[in-house]
Amino acid sequence: MLDKMAATSRPTERATTQVVSARKLSLTFETNDGPVHALSNVDLDIGKGEFVSFIGPSGCGKTTFLRVIADLEQPSSGEISVNGMSPGEARKARAYGYVFQAAGLFPWRTIEKNIALPLEIMDYSAAERAERVRSTLELVNLTGFEKKYPWQLSGGMQQRASIARALAFDADLLLMDEPFGALDEIVRDHLNDELLKLWARTNKTICFVTHSIPEAVYLSTRIVVMSPRPGRVTDVIESTLPAERPLDIRESPEFLEIAHRVREGLRAGHSYED
Amino acid sequence: MSNVLRDWQSSAALVLALLSIVLPLTDAGSVGLKAVLVLLVITAAVAAIAVRAGLLLVVILFVGAHLAAWLLLQSLGGKTGMAGPSYYFLLAAAWLLAWRLVTVLSALKIDNRAGDLAIRLGIPLLFGIWVLILWEAIVRGAGVPFVLLPPPSAIAARIAGSVSTLAADVNQTIVKAVLIGYALGCTAGFAAAILADRFGFLRRGLLPIGNMVSALPIIGVAPIMVMWFGFDWPSKAAVVVIMTFFPMLVNTVTGLAASGHMERDLMRTYAAGYWQTLASLRLPAAMPFIFNALKINSTLALIGAIVAEFFGTPVVGMGFRISTEVGRMNIDMVWAEIAVAALAGSVFYGVIALLERVVTFWHPSIRGG
Repeated sequence: MLDKMAATSRPTERATTQVVSARKLSLTFETNDGPVHALSNVDLDIGKGEFVSFIGPSGCGKTTFLRVIADLEQPSSGEISVNGMSPGEARKARAYGYVFQAAGLFPWRTIEKNIALPLEIMDYSAAERAERVRSTLELVNLTGFEKKYPWQLSGGMQQRASIARALAFDADLLLMDEPFGALDEIVRDHLNDELLKLWARTNKTICFVTHSIPEAVYLSTRIVVMSPRPGRVTDVIESTLPAERPLDIRESPEFLEIAHRVREGLRAGHSYED
Repeated sequence: MSNVLRDWQSSAALVLALLSIVLPLTDAGSVGLKAVLVLLVITAAVAAIAVRAGLLLVVILFVGAHLAAWLLLQSLGGKTGMAGPSYYFLLAAAWLLAWRLVTVLSALKIDNRAGDLAIRLGIPLLFGIWVLILWEAIVRGAGVPFVLLPPPSAIAARIAGSVSTLAADVNQTIVKAVLIGYALGCTAGFAAAILADRFGFLRRGLLPIGNMVSALPIIGVAPIMVMWFGFDWPSKAAVVVIMTFFPMLVNTVTGLAASGHMERDLMRTYAAGYWQTLASLRLPAAMPFIFNALKINSTLALIGAIVAEFFGTPVVGMGFRISTEVGRMNIDMVWAEIAVAALAGSVFYGVIALLERVVTFWHPSIRGG
């Protein structure tokens, strides 16, 4: 796991190595009301070190796509590889960290024990667990809250702890499913800023599901616009924003231009109709 | 005037005390004792109305109510069934003062933890004491036949006089039958729940059958257990096992399903195995349910073991004692066993409830929020 870390620090590999590669990926849920086409013919490549946002209205399959990468859902047809393996193999190789919509911290464990949870399951030594808990807590600015229980922290702090938990075992792919959706605007801005800094420091590949246009534009190197019924990719927008992004970049004309394109992409997919 | 209305218990006590001046206390009561009683209740009631609040009020009410109750019981002497109208009036007056005392204590705000704890324990204690006082005073005052309902003092005397018999019965019924049966039944129910969770065919096959076992009437099962396991405690423990098995099975199965989808997905992203997920997520999440079963079973086990002894037992045990002493009209011994069983059951339940607070400290129902 440590050697993967070393590999990601070479920026030249960004374009050459595909972390996620999907070809004609489709997923249909059979429900009592008939089949629901959650994903339909999705083709997408995500390179190493990219920050890719998935945006679209409810039911466009953005979360489903993330769950397929994570081997939490099985595609009906098409192909997908994660780190050159099947999603199942990648999951067993602990290739990714997943951050859910809610923090999902275990209330019977302290913050440090919550972050140590994946490390316990993956049989890390006690000394290594302690070291990784310390360093990831520092990474998400939660030092000093080790002994607190999740219910003693604010929602924003809980979500930071859940990000630390996903980072603890140092997988080079981070899957984030609307991690800040339940937080207020001010906390969300702050965490967006911190997430960008964290990404710059660790150079991980991040797949980020959101339905906030400013959030997607602010964070991403690439924005995947999706639309529902059937869930499909309608546009992929490369960000022209610089790597260094202060919060007030969101008032720059360049930012607004990209946001406009995203909005156009959503409109083209008839996403506003429902 | 508003004070008189607000403190209506003391006001009513005052009226009752004034009324009892003209009525007889007991058929052969002393006038002096009655005068002291009336004066005591009037003083306490007037003082309570005047003082209104605070620790002084608590002291006045406490002393007034309990001293009056004690004097009333003294006024009966050794005789029963001799109480006159003013005996009941003064008893009611003392009880009203005690009522006022509990009301004042409940409203009292104390900053330090020890005082708060004392009040939290004191209020139910006062309630319990007054149940006993009223029981004692009415049974003795009205001369209720001993066989129907003995006074608490007689039951207490019987408990004090039969410590060795009671200890032997507790050892036979609670230490052996209840605790062993409880431990076996709860463990078996828990293990069956884990197996049913692990293997789908067991879940489909075992749960309905477990349901049927729980519906077995204990009255029917107990004699059969005696045939199988003999007269001594193992047959009673077997009844307890049957009674405690199913609540534990059902609660654990429900508890194992209590963890959220997201948390289980999370464990899956770690490629955690079945047993890892069980130990780290599903069992901790199931703990509130498991403790529910442990609490339900603590009372079921006691009932089961005592009732099972009605169907054949060596000449020791709480159920045996109750059934034979009823036949001998030794009702105070029956009550003594009941009191001991209630105490043992409360301690048993209390220990488990305490353990629950320690283990599931994180649950909103316990951390309060």
